[in-house]
Amino acid sequence: MYGSASTHDIPTQATTGLENEDPILLAEFEARIARGEKIEPTDWMPQLYRKQLTRMIEQHAHSEIIGSLPEGTWITRAPGFRRKMAQMAKVQDEVGHAQLLYSAAETLGKTREQMLSDLINGKSKYSNVFNYPTPTWADSNVISWLIDAGAIVNQMANAKGSYGPYCRALDRICAEEAFHLKYGHDAVVHMATGTPIQRKMMQEALNRWWPAIMTFFGPSDKMSTHTEILMRWKVKMATNDACRQQFLDMYVPKILEIGLTLPDANLRKNEDGVWEFSEPDWEDFKRVINGDGPCNAERIAVRRAAEENGAWVRRAMQQPKAQYVRPLA
Amino acid sequence: MDPKLDLLYRLADDQLILGHRNSEWNGLGPILEEDIAFSSMAQDKLGHSLQLYMLLHELGEAEPDTVAFTRNAPQFHCCQLTELPIGEYDFSLIRHFLFDHAELLRFEALANSSYEPLALVARKVKGELKYHVLHANTWVKRLGTATEEAITRMQAALEFTLPYALGIFETTDAENEIISSGLFIGEKELQRRWEASISKVLAQTALTLPDLRLLTPVAGGRHGQHTEHLQPLLDEMAEVFRLDPTADW
Repeated sequence: MYGSASTHDIPTQATTGLENEDPILLAEFEARIARGEKIEPTDWMPQLYRKQLTRMIEQHAHSEIIGSLPEGTWITRAPGFRRKMAQMAKVQDEVGHAQLLYSAAETLGKTREQMLSDLINGKSKYSNVFNYPTPTWADSNVISWLIDAGAIVNQMANAKGSYGPYCRALDRICAEEAFHLKYGHDAVVHMATGTPIQRKMMQEALNRWWPAIMTFFGPSDKMSTHTEILMRWKVKMATNDACRQQFLDMYVPKILEIGLTLPDANLRKNEDGVWEFSEPDWEDFKRVINGDGPCNAERIAVRRAAEENGAWVRRAMQQPKAQYVRPLA
Repeated sequence: MDPKLDLLYRLADDQLILGHRNSEWNGLGPILEEDIAFSSMAQDKLGHSLQLYMLLHELGEAEPDTVAFTRNAPQFHCCQLTELPIGEYDFSLIRHFLFDHAELLRFEALANSSYEPLALVARKVKGELKYHVLHANTWVKRLGTATEEAITRMQAALEFTLPYALGIFETTDAENEIISSGLFIGEKELQRRWEASISKVLAQTALTLPDLRLLTPVAGGRHGQHTEHLQPLLDEMAEVFRLDPTADW
């Protein structure tokens, strides 16, 4: 799922450090990317590329494990065998994605331990949508369907990016996400076309999640001026607005088709085929990303507890003579 | 109770409740790979319990969802070992080790049951349980020979858990008939095989198996007597299901 669609903390042009890179190597690097070649872990790359990719893959990995928490709490409450087993398998996939992504990020030189430490110390971010609560089973279904759908839009684009290990991880992830989407859609359809209690639950959950879904792809391109170099290097493959438009195109009709409504009176497709909508509250988005959302503290506390409670196991697993080996793909 | 029903309820409830507990490791494992492993085992156990509830349904009991999601604690026949909260990883690992050794031997024996539908299920289930035992053995051997801290923790968990594990083998009034009709080899024989099986693995570690004859088994689960932990587990499990029992979720 759950890739943080917008990479937070993109540097300003003043701090790119490109003036310190070898111009010949840099030109070769850019030419390779322009030809559609993949960059592999042992290849030369500019520091900024390494830094941005590490940050992006790491945030994506964190989003998978933090994102497994709000849906994970519904494993023990899923109604009936069929849903219980599917919810388990679905959430397990997400943790597996984190494992794949941490390995991909490690190829760039940062260890999993360091990444997890940065996560619980608040240095690294994860997808902001998981700072919102999932008070009902229907909320979990909305995530399974629509957050995963958003992630697929983003990840299908990024799978065509320039960094080999990340692209290969994304190919595998997207294949599994396609099943999650079917699972989420099936669960939402059952609720939306079910008993009055179910329909009410589902509509309320959708109303709760829609503002967060609209921020999922990150701030509008007109608010973000630093994407040019990342697009040229194929770190970022589609703009935030393009992803958001594609998502609305694909999913608004499906949502309306099953009798649900969307809580935005301004949402409509104009004559040019462009979706118009009420501008999301980006100030609130920033406030939540920076730690002041309804669930930030809880999510990090769960992760920290897991790290602390499991520390003795990891200490015991360390062989005194073992050396860290960076994975290659 | 009919010996078939008696046996099936015990088997199915054990698998359902421990599967549920194992699933609680999502997001909490000491390493990601263990979140994933416990989830796989939980999914297997849920699947096993479903197969067994389907056999019960064929014998005239209610639908699997109804049986699993609407009974209260006194109507459950799981051993108390399965219902204890997950605690820390040392306890969950030792529980998994002690339970799955018994479970693998149980289903290997059930593969020869005179009750053919159960034998068929058992032949499938035992193949999956083999991997659960392999997983448990790998970790018990690794942590049981690692740091002093790990060995101390594992030993304490073993000593805490063993009396509950002996409760796996609690018998019911149907036991004699279960054995004589060839349904199952019986709990006493299973316990004998289990002791040999866990001893062999523990002998390869720095852990000490206490004299089991000196321990008092924690019994009652097979007769519907449970710890205070089971009813809250069941309430949580049925929380959504009970919102609208007429609904198709």
